[in-house]
Amino acid sequence: MAYTQSSIEPRPAPVRTDGIVPWLRNNLFGDIPTTIATVLLGGVLLWILPQLIDWAILRATTVTNAEACRATGVGACWGAVVEKHRLILFGRYPFDQQWRPLLATLLMVAMLVNSCIRTFWRPWLAAMWVVGLGVFFMLMYGNVLGLMKVETDRWGGFPLTLLLSTLSIGMAFPIALMVALGRTSKLPAIRAFCTVYVELIRGVPLISVLFMASFMLPLFMPQGWSIDVLIRVLVGMTLFSAAYMAEVMRGGLQAIPKGQVEAAATLGLGYWQTQRKIVLPQALAMVVPSLMNNFIATFIDTSLVTIVSLYELMGAHGLAFNSDADWRPYKIEGYIFIALIYFGFCFAMSRYSMWVEKQANKGRVR
Amino acid sequence: MTSTTTHTAADKTADNIITFNKVNKWYGNNFHVLRDIDLQVKRGEKIVVCGPSGSGKSTLIRCINRLEEHQEGDLIVDGITLDDVVKAIDQVRQNVGMVFQQFNLFPHLTVLENLTLSPMWVGKIPKKEAEERAMKQLERVRIAEQAHKYPLQLSGGQQQRVAIARALCLTPKIMLFDEPTSALDPEMVSEVLDVMIELAKQGITMICVTHEMGFAKAVADRVIFMDQGQIVEQNTPDAFFNNPQHERSKDFLSKILGH
Repeated sequence: MAYTQSSIEPRPAPVRTDGIVPWLRNNLFGDIPTTIATVLLGGVLLWILPQLIDWAILRATTVTNAEACRATGVGACWGAVVEKHRLILFGRYPFDQQWRPLLATLLMVAMLVNSCIRTFWRPWLAAMWVVGLGVFFMLMYGNVLGLMKVETDRWGGFPLTLLLSTLSIGMAFPIALMVALGRTSKLPAIRAFCTVYVELIRGVPLISVLFMASFMLPLFMPQGWSIDVLIRVLVGMTLFSAAYMAEVMRGGLQAIPKGQVEAAATLGLGYWQTQRKIVLPQALAMVVPSLMNNFIATFIDTSLVTIVSLYELMGAHGLAFNSDADWRPYKIEGYIFIALIYFGFCFAMSRYSMWVEKQANKGRVR
Repeated sequence: MTSTTTHTAADKTADNIITFNKVNKWYGNNFHVLRDIDLQVKRGEKIVVCGPSGSGKSTLIRCINRLEEHQEGDLIVDGITLDDVVKAIDQVRQNVGMVFQQFNLFPHLTVLENLTLSPMWVGKIPKKEAEERAMKQLERVRIAEQAHKYPLQLSGGQQQRVAIARALCLTPKIMLFDEPTSALDPEMVSEVLDVMIELAKQGITMICVTHEMGFAKAVADRVIFMDQGQIVEQNTPDAFFNNPQHERSKDFLSKILGH
């Protein structure tokens, strides 16, 4: 029975796990079903890719002449995009004034990029947004500094998409936080109010919220009163996405162990201090992926405002192609163009969310 | 709460830092978890509370800092009567530190941030001073070198010592321990108990729910045995462990010492 063992030195594993061959073996040809899937999908790719490249690049033309596109043997007609790009990007905004929405868009993108960088998370960031949004509206609306006045119903295309999504996400976030905290509150009246709000909003499609905001609300307004349709739609979208966001956040709040709140209580922290310092940082870190899911959905959902005659990117595409018989056959190229814009932003958001997740879960990495 | 009642209560219990006076508590309508609890704790006294699970030990000490509220009777902590007055609860919590079975460290903050959080946000102490004090407490529990790690990067024993240091940062008059070693691997129990024994020697009032008999014998002035919401026996550790009087205590001790 008695037995002792002198210490055994660590030695490397007999099979290497890094490099290309092990990667291929593990990920593409690991077992029989995987190998079959790899071969099938590879085959489909080999069949589709050449045709796609042939159509989109080899046989494509960029001539802005619809006649040339109709010639046999011509692939993608990128000329349609070249011809229509200003209408797609800026909608019905007065043509000779379109440098203004361009500038406004660049400003907004710059502010968004800035806000994503950690070293800029300082109080002045809020001031930057206030000033930046002011400049954005000034550029778009005009009527000052000799700029021509452009009513909001002529705003359109990408600046409108960007404005609607940024503002509705930005305003929905704090509302959602309050609603989520309200739904976990000890006070029955607050809890009931927040629950009713969430259930009501979730019970209707976004389209009907937009219809209500743009067509029904004015009927209830006193004579002579009117709120700009853009603001009404913005409020509708904000309240809509806040309800969904609140539920995501509530999920995170409920996942925080009771002991965390108790420990905060024994340390003398009050309700708001506990939420701000202990509960929310952990709860939000847990739901970063689902929150980003929500943000992306809101960004994409802005395309629905077309139905209340606001011509954002998607609506502007319709404006550009639907009424032009010459170019209408090439609207698919236009769709690919706006799809690339949507995809670029959504992909950036999803990459950013991965970085945020990593930052937020630093304490969980051993 | 009138000032006169607080005053007389404080007078009557001049050297008692905690007084339970016929305290009763129920969970829901039918679960009578604390029954007519009468208990006086002297300043600087070390008390070990033991008993079978569900006997109300944790509830008893959680009433002291109002993590649980009692429904009947009086509970006076350091001259302050615990009732629904929020200010009184805050005042009591300033003087009472607590260590939990599951540590309850804040996983998203570093060890140092865990310790400075309350001094900075509740005590309004400048960051630098709070950090200096925190480092002193970390040295006291012999873990200063881990100050910049996150709690989940530490072992259970280290985490519990951080939790003790965090409670000490409030410079409490009373320390409550709720089964501080029950969630630890056997090898790590002693490093936590050593810290607690050292703390006990420094004169702080301690109430500790634990089944560590060695610890009880080493530091406790009194052992309280609870069963079904009642205090059924209290005695010095020696007398309690060697010569238990009550049927339930005898039965309990025979079970935990049986192997």
